[in-house]
Amino acid sequence: MTSDIAAILAIDGIATGAVYALVAIGTVLIFTVTRVIFIPFGDIAAFTALTLAALDAKRFPGTGALVVILACLATLIEITSLARSGELRLLPRALSFYLLLPLAVVGAAWLVMRMDPPLAVRLVLALMLTMPISPLLDRIVFRPIADGTVLLLLTVSVALHFALVGLGLLFFGPEGVRTEPLTSFSTVFAGVLISGQTLLIVIAALVFSGLLFLFFDFTLVGKSLRATAVNRTGSRLMGIRPERAGTIAYLLGSLMAGVSGILIAPVNTVFYDSGFLIGLKAFVGAIVGGMTSYPGAAIGAVGVGILESFASFESSALKDVIVFSLLIPILIWRSLASLHSEEEIEE
Amino acid sequence: MSSMFSLSDVTVCYDNVDAVRNVSLSVEEGQIVTVIGPNGAGKTTLLMAAIGLLSSKGRMVFQGSDIGKMSVEDRVERRVCLVPEKRELFSDMSVADNLLLGSYSLRDRSGVQKTLDDVYDRFPRLKERQRQAAGTLSGGERQMLALGRALMAKPKLLMLDEPSLGLAPLIVREIFRTIASLRELGVSILLVEQNARAALETADYGYVLETGEIVQSGPAKDLIHDPRLITAYLGGH
Repeated sequence: MTSDIAAILAIDGIATGAVYALVAIGTVLIFTVTRVIFIPFGDIAAFTALTLAALDAKRFPGTGALVVILACLATLIEITSLARSGELRLLPRALSFYLLLPLAVVGAAWLVMRMDPPLAVRLVLALMLTMPISPLLDRIVFRPIADGTVLLLLTVSVALHFALVGLGLLFFGPEGVRTEPLTSFSTVFAGVLISGQTLLIVIAALVFSGLLFLFFDFTLVGKSLRATAVNRTGSRLMGIRPERAGTIAYLLGSLMAGVSGILIAPVNTVFYDSGFLIGLKAFVGAIVGGMTSYPGAAIGAVGVGILESFASFESSALKDVIVFSLLIPILIWRSLASLHSEEEIEE
Repeated sequence: MSSMFSLSDVTVCYDNVDAVRNVSLSVEEGQIVTVIGPNGAGKTTLLMAAIGLLSSKGRMVFQGSDIGKMSVEDRVERRVCLVPEKRELFSDMSVADNLLLGSYSLRDRSGVQKTLDDVYDRFPRLKERQRQAAGTLSGGERQMLALGRALMAKPKLLMLDEPSLGLAPLIVREIFRTIASLRELGVSILLVEQNARAALETADYGYVLETGEIVQSGPAKDLIHDPRLITAYLGGH
């Protein structure tokens, strides 16, 4: 391998890693606030890419129907639980949040789509259409078992991913899509050609993680999410509702996953089931960062991206095998490291 | 006169045992009421039920409305606040952020800065350490932060669980002085303490809780001279 090739592979790896980093940050966000390891995040990324491709082809995406069905289900469950706890006075709020808001988003997307909107608007529409999916799934699937163990939540999360893959096939069909590049710009840096799309991916990852950082550090809602992650009982005593914090975390996480889906769609062909590997690699990045650290997750995810890029150069058929095999020693090292610190605490 | 806060026949089941049985008590506006009793009497369980972290049977009325079935968050929005025994601070967030989160439940945000200044005036140590992470504070400072954070919510009823637990005597005196000074803010206080003498010296009215039941009650100044309590809780002199 020459240094030129190594540089190209490294840049390629950083771009792929930046996409994983966005999903990994979302995964850490959801996990710390709700204790759910949300495996379907990769699916949300893939669904956003598929939604954008449908909008590009002037078809109304299957996401619309999916959101409407999920909204109806979530509303039904919410009404039932309100009736059971004798709190039907909260019905108007439940209806507007779980039914009217998602329907309004789908309706608005449908109307705007008929006006043949430019690419920028289509990007916003794709993000808007996929963002309600995770909070609605949270209401339907995770809220009833919110007090369960992390293992139970993880098992359900994996099952939910498989259900979503099935729904993906139903609503988007089996064809793969590749969206048009967001930019045709390219530049040469230190003798290596860097495409505008690669730059865009890295910049978007930096901007969105920067915005998340600002949100956590400078807004009361952001701080309330951090508080819920640090100390659930303490935050409840401040009047912070864990369910509401969870919904905000799911919305923000979906936004990160959606952006990563949009960024990856012009580079890789995305199928209804492409999300799994994106989600899994992001999850591995998040684990390298200890599942609780945002910079750790981002660095871990970029590491996975670089490793994958070099592995695919050596043997493209075995790239995933190489990536996941090399992670085993890292995970063993991490588990030993965390065991060690627990012993220290006990002392 | 109707009480600001009252419990009638409250029973709390915890770990399949009735940890608190048929407890009735009331707190009048601006009053400091203390519940004293030995370790394991059910004092903490009683407060956990009063804030809604544990479910209970019986009636809990706050300012005329039944709050017994409300969520913790709804009670906090009505300005019923608890400083728990474990403090439950946000340990890796700064002192200033902990205090700011104390005001989370307030819809009207206009007075937050003034309340923050008042808390800093009351606890100058917190102002000095406002950028420090809460987890790095000493025991006394952590208790001050827990109290300050609760005051940020402008509580009408403040429930304190063992505020003197694990603190040096000098700090304990400071904490009780602070609690007594909250009277001028018009805050009603329900104080649960093992340090019976300090609690009765600060309070207006006292209840004695033993094995989950109220066994005695009366004005604090009478209880402090009660021969039985002197032998059992007040060091026998």
